[in-house]
Amino acid sequence: MEKLTVTASPHERGDVSTAKIMTDVIIALIPALLASGLIFGGRALMLVGFCMISAMGLERLCNLVMKRESSISDLSAAVTGMLLAFNLPVTISYFKAFLGVFVAIVITKQLFGGLGHNFANPAIVGRIVLMVSFPAAMTNWAVPFYDPKAIETGATPLVTGYESYRSLFLGNVGGCLGETCKAALLLGALYLIAKRVINPAAPLAFIATVFCFSALTGRDGLYQILSGGLILGAFFMATDYVTTPITTPGKLIFGIGCGVITCVIRFYASYPEGVSFSILIMNIATPLIDMATIKRSRIAKYESARESEEA
Amino acid sequence: MLFRGIEVKGKKNTAQSETLELPLPEQVRIMMEQTMGAPCEPTVKKGDKVLVGQRIGQTNAVLSAPVHSSVSGEVVGISEILLANGKTCKAVDIKCDGLQTVSDEVAPPVISSREEFIEAIRASGCCGLGGAGFPTHVKLSAAKNKKIDYLVLNGAECEPYITSDHREMLENAEGVISGAKSVMKYLDIDKCVIGIEGNKPDAIEKMQALTENEPDITVKRLRCEYPQGAEKVISYFCTGRVVREGEFPADKGIIVLNVSTAGFIDSFLKTGMPLIKRRLTVDGSAVRTPCNIRTVIGTPLKSILEFADCKTDVVWKLLVGGPMMGLCTYDADYPLIKTANALLAFTEPVRDKKYIEAHRQTACIRCARCISACSMGLMPTELEKAYDKKDKARLTGLKVNLCMNCGACSYVCPARRDLAAKNQLAKALVLEK
Repeated sequence: MEKLTVTASPHERGDVSTAKIMTDVIIALIPALLASGLIFGGRALMLVGFCMISAMGLERLCNLVMKRESSISDLSAAVTGMLLAFNLPVTISYFKAFLGVFVAIVITKQLFGGLGHNFANPAIVGRIVLMVSFPAAMTNWAVPFYDPKAIETGATPLVTGYESYRSLFLGNVGGCLGETCKAALLLGALYLIAKRVINPAAPLAFIATVFCFSALTGRDGLYQILSGGLILGAFFMATDYVTTPITTPGKLIFGIGCGVITCVIRFYASYPEGVSFSILIMNIATPLIDMATIKRSRIAKYESARESEEA
Repeated sequence: MLFRGIEVKGKKNTAQSETLELPLPEQVRIMMEQTMGAPCEPTVKKGDKVLVGQRIGQTNAVLSAPVHSSVSGEVVGISEILLANGKTCKAVDIKCDGLQTVSDEVAPPVISSREEFIEAIRASGCCGLGGAGFPTHVKLSAAKNKKIDYLVLNGAECEPYITSDHREMLENAEGVISGAKSVMKYLDIDKCVIGIEGNKPDAIEKMQALTENEPDITVKRLRCEYPQGAEKVISYFCTGRVVREGEFPADKGIIVLNVSTAGFIDSFLKTGMPLIKRRLTVDGSAVRTPCNIRTVIGTPLKSILEFADCKTDVVWKLLVGGPMMGLCTYDADYPLIKTANALLAFTEPVRDKKYIEAHRQTACIRCARCISACSMGLMPTELEKAYDKKDKARLTGLKVNLCMNCGACSYVCPARRDLAAKNQLAKALVLEK
């Protein structure tokens, strides 16, 4: 007992860590991954695996080049790779997918300082860069349960507008490989909410706004919710910690903003889908929302009220 | 909801361990700074004979309490101790004669008025026994010029490991109630609420049984949430009143006393014996037989650890207080003080890859767990950024002074950032001119 260690309190820490949070997100994405394997075949699983491995590889490479500690064990790169793959059509080439991963991990995340410092969701930026660079390849939607020898392609339900709710909910429609099966995505979202990994404020505000906007402009709100990448984007990308506001009111503003922008793009712009653009734009607005919604505790509110009374 | 807390693992290993009396140590060292506030000056010198309960430290400062000898014996020296916070403090070393002869000064106080009651409590050297050590008479004297209508007895004991208040409520339940009644009587307080966390059902039951015929005393079962026992939090849950920044509960008509403090007040009123002994929990990974013990103030921590069969050669961290707010001690010869409700000894964790990975500090991922953990409604992550920029105006704006260093933010942080410690530095920074 000659040398005792002295540290500041608290001397115990909880067992939540960044890696555990990311593991939970991966677990929550597994139902959707299985669904995509069922709907779009083995290539979907291969593509997800490829994106995850290349994301982790690029992350490690960046660590080495920048002489930083390895950060692949926090699993955030794996989550980014997985989410990006979910946002790609199953027909995309591995090279294009790799480009997307590169933009996400190297440019959006590591060049801005790594996890915690990126201004926008890496997977979203990766997807948007691919979408504006390769519009044809990024909208080449395979028909569900296609024959691998002769891939048939078709339009997404957002363009066709006549799929049944049942096929939309179960994912029997064309689209990005991870976004079609809403049932599986909602199952994962429920898991994250139950484990208190995500705050449901932003996704619910996002979805409710899309529903209301659609209904007010005379469209089918439920159809808008169940088609495209809304459920995936709302629960798994508009809840990214780093790039969304930290307070619940801020998250609500974020969700409402996302909903409005999504609808404006879907209904009035030339792109069929606006979820990723809306999240990117709101990511950029996040510091402003944070500044506007600094939380005041009720005690602090009383305090400032008293100060203004005195002044 | 105004105040929320976090879930911490209770680890109340000693909840069923009856309090044991520690054998009298050979020598005690009684610090002159036992409570929050001004330190005392020793009134004895080397070679003096002292008796149990004799006053040996005195000060005229209001925010302070006198210090008494806890043993009978001979003063062998007055030394200076370096405290964990970097200050030094005088201490009286007394060699025990083993007879424990009680001083003539010890006699039940004669009280006829509120002022006399408060004066007697001051003379008893009483301070809050829950950990912070605020001199009790200062708390009580708020009743001199304000109407106090609630006495809150704090039996939350929300820190992990510690069970000393729990044992007080089981072993000295009558004393706690009667102490509370005396305070109510002398300070003219109408109602008393005893707040106990739900993880102590036996204590709640016992208190309820004893207060069945007391319409003015109610027992309130509190949720098991850290920091339920913090003064502002327990005031809110027991009375529904919000104590603001810079205010004391007394400003809202509340006096909060720890259950052990109430128990002590009762025994002091009956016997006149000042605060020279206390109960504490001894636990931690280095302690083979976790237990609750009662011992005299000034006992070297080493003898307490030896009594609890501690693996003294492998102790890595020694904590006085709980793991969330306790202070690290650098020396096992350090004496026991009045505010120590627990002594926790931990062995060094195995620093394997998993441990290092789990304890490595990484960048903030803005998950906002610290914000929902803060029972004062602060934003620790924003405070950290403001402190790093040394932005005093923003720190004040974010109400850093409401932080009571409960440590909940650091506890829940997945990036293992030292948020609570930063808040303490920030509070010091705000005070700087």
